[in-house]
Amino acid sequence: MNHVVVIGNGISGITAARTVRKLNADVRITVISAETDYFFSRTALMYIYMGHMTFEDTQPYQKWFWPQNRIDLVRGYVQAIDTEARTLHLGDGQTIGYDRLVLGLGSSYNLFGWPGQDLHGVQGLISKPDLDEMERNTRGIDHAVVVGGGLIGIEMAEMLHSRHVHTTFLVREKTYMPKALPAEEGMMIVRHVKDHGIDLRMATEFEAILGDDAGRVRAVRLKDSGEEVACQFVGLTVGVHPNIDILKDTPIETGRGVMVDEHMQTSVPGVYAVGDCAQYRVPPPGRQPIEPLWYTGRMHGEVAGRHICGVPAPYTPGLFFNSAKFFDIEYQVYGPIATKPIDGIDSLYWEHENGLHAIRIDYNADDHTVRGFNLMGTRYRQNVCFEWIQNGAEMPYVLENLGQANFDPEFYKQHEKEVVAVYNRKHPNRAVTLRRRRSLFKNPFAYIARLRGEAGRTQETGDSLPAKNVDVTPGSDKPGSGSTA
Amino acid sequence: MTHDASFSLAAPTTELDTRQRIGLAVFGLGLLSLLVAWAMDGGSPVLASSLGFGLTIGGGLIYFWAKYLGKPAGIRNDGLTFSPTTSKGWIGWILGVVFTGFYVLLYWIPGTLEGLIRITDPLSYTLRGKAADQWFLYGTFYTIAVLTMGVRMIFKYRHSKYQIIRTLSVMFFQLGFGFTIPGLLVMFNQPEFYFSYFWPLKYDYLFPGTVNYLTQSGGVGVFMIFWGAVMTFIATPVLTYFFGKRWYCSWVCGCGGLAETLGDPYRQLSDKSMKAWKIERWMIHSVLLWVTVLTAALWINSAMDGALLGKASRTYSKVYGFVIGAAFSGVIGVGFYPIMGSRVWCRFGCPMAAILGLQQRFFSRFRISTNGGQCISCGNCSKYCEMGIDVRWYAQRGQNIVRASCVGCGVCSAVCPRGVLNLENGPRGDQRFNSPGPVFISTDSVRVLTEEPGAQSTDLAVSK
Repeated sequence: MNHVVVIGNGISGITAARTVRKLNADVRITVISAETDYFFSRTALMYIYMGHMTFEDTQPYQKWFWPQNRIDLVRGYVQAIDTEARTLHLGDGQTIGYDRLVLGLGSSYNLFGWPGQDLHGVQGLISKPDLDEMERNTRGIDHAVVVGGGLIGIEMAEMLHSRHVHTTFLVREKTYMPKALPAEEGMMIVRHVKDHGIDLRMATEFEAILGDDAGRVRAVRLKDSGEEVACQFVGLTVGVHPNIDILKDTPIETGRGVMVDEHMQTSVPGVYAVGDCAQYRVPPPGRQPIEPLWYTGRMHGEVAGRHICGVPAPYTPGLFFNSAKFFDIEYQVYGPIATKPIDGIDSLYWEHENGLHAIRIDYNADDHTVRGFNLMGTRYRQNVCFEWIQNGAEMPYVLENLGQANFDPEFYKQHEKEVVAVYNRKHPNRAVTLRRRRSLFKNPFAYIARLRGEAGRTQETGDSLPAKNVDVTPGSDKPGSGSTA
Repeated sequence: MTHDASFSLAAPTTELDTRQRIGLAVFGLGLLSLLVAWAMDGGSPVLASSLGFGLTIGGGLIYFWAKYLGKPAGIRNDGLTFSPTTSKGWIGWILGVVFTGFYVLLYWIPGTLEGLIRITDPLSYTLRGKAADQWFLYGTFYTIAVLTMGVRMIFKYRHSKYQIIRTLSVMFFQLGFGFTIPGLLVMFNQPEFYFSYFWPLKYDYLFPGTVNYLTQSGGVGVFMIFWGAVMTFIATPVLTYFFGKRWYCSWVCGCGGLAETLGDPYRQLSDKSMKAWKIERWMIHSVLLWVTVLTAALWINSAMDGALLGKASRTYSKVYGFVIGAAFSGVIGVGFYPIMGSRVWCRFGCPMAAILGLQQRFFSRFRISTNGGQCISCGNCSKYCEMGIDVRWYAQRGQNIVRASCVGCGVCSAVCPRGVLNLENGPRGDQRFNSPGPVFISTDSVRVLTEEPGAQSTDLAVSK
């Protein structure tokens, strides 16, 4: 093996290249991209448009990084892949041979053949060229329509809003992102988006995009009502799909994406697929066949890089987690969350009266073991939540120590008490008292009291034992968290 | 395959609403009255100062009120990279020249500021019982800047209790310890002393000349020496052990206070390159070495009755005062805000920051914790780090950030869109450097054959 070639300089392809370099000092590594000269954080595209960062700021590595790690960057479009001859044909006529090939082809945005989808001023948003196009398309306009209620849709609405463009936002569903968010959280986002002055219309679809004589968008006609919303820009954000057209004439097996095993190997030996374009033959438990997420892309890159270097480790993503930010409301999720009521799963939900903070904890109804955390406008520690979920910690234990999970900045109001109160109202016979607030920032008095206690009764290890006034259920004394005490 | 098509387009305009325009107009009128009074050698000082200061402060507050309070609370950095004020555009350069020019006049040609100095006479008589001098003028401008821009900071970050409390703290210390108390001391014929500045930032507080002078000025003077020595040698290491250098740099210090208020619009201009970091380490530790050697030499000289340095001892301290005290901390430190960011002095020059940094790096419980695998490498943390730390470098690897230069302003944590970063004081040990639970299969667990050069030179983030 002399030459590893990666197509695509997104997070998964770049992670594959970096992993190979970490494990092998000698192999030649080339990364080919048609999109940009350097790796950048795709998730930060919105901040360039909003004027928070320049494009250079979104590049996680400085320019010296690539020559020093001997990762060759090639700007070019791969037109054909010859898997027999292990050769890539680039648009400019160049050919590049490879011994191992990693496909990090990414996604394209969905178009469903809507009338008017090809008009000027109508586009989706995935790539840097898309962003440049949006920059051109939205200069000096005053009204835009965004279609589709996912993460990119809300980002696009926020981007346009930051440029003082009045935005009508059409979402087919009744609550926001019902596949990921329970109704309460979904409605919280709906209210928040409207509070920002976005003309958000839930349960609304469009029928056609209308153009003027010059072929430029002039309005969107809504289904049912027939109302025409005048606009000079339409953002189409109704999902993405793997960007695999380039593989049509190759023997590489594809479904919706490139079919891969647990080492990210495709059907052709020596060829791997990572990131948004990969589709698992056997999805890991609790995972979708295609995972267009930042951190799974990183994991894919590491898995492929390790297999290439002969130190394989299968893709085992573990518990689900994710995060996002909807205008000003941050969102974190750890573990599976029931988006609709499910038999056998109970859910504890607390929401602040200002509608900007919410904490949800799902647990099994029978033994009250914790299943997952859904946080809105509140930060929780991933490692603490994961340990509780993985060890099957029971709710009384979790709630007593809930403060350990809190990751909000110092001086922020902590709401764990209110969460515990909700549980106590639901289950008066299991009433719990919150013991710990933060895990690192300790109450000095509690700390001194505990030291005294330990001095008196050395056999006790304070933290892992349940408080005496708690209705102890079996197993609740499991050491549930990575206490730093 | 288009190369950055956006460059070919004119930058989007930053729109101002009516209230913002009114605020700017009022501010402009205030500025105008200050200039007129300057030209008229003070004119009528009471009228000039009430008009000049009243209108600039009032106009500024109207502008910030309109800009921030009209929108929901949250991170509002919209348009910063487009604005000619905050992205090294023409307004930024003009401001840089104005700030720099003011410092040059203040330090070396104070006579030209006579008209402005006279404006502050009424305030000076009230507070200190005597006429103003150039340093009183400077203190007045400085305090007004910290207070007014402090209110802006609070408006802007009003969703963050950490930012509110921290900003109130620097405003309090500037108004009380940096302005009012020194003024009252003058009023009561005591040495003008700043209880919130210590050696080696206020380098002459431990010089033999100052110590002798304070000793001779009676009980209060002796207390001042005692206070300065205790703060430098006992309080500083203890507080830094528990809270990191932020207890001083972003909560108490006047230089830090100005950077965190007047400098906030420019924090993103700090240089994040590896090269800048190298220069920073060389420069700041050289200044620390210089002031330490100078202080020691002055004391040895003093003990030897001047046999070591002779008459040159004054020259040595004057050279330091000129190069570091005036040129670096003033002219470059503040004058270059709109060009090099708000912490040029704190990052490259301040010997106090150097000491606190060494303590923070090696003997502190402070760190910025990274939350598992949520980082998306967006770069907001690095962009808005006024100290030029590439916070993302650590965050995306799941590593905690323990860097000598971090002043703990907390803005990286505030701008993070995924809840990844948090300032914490906690037990030391391996946990201080590494996130307890890396999510990715490699990053830490893979045996590294060829370490990336970045990881080597970020010697502060060595894994166990």
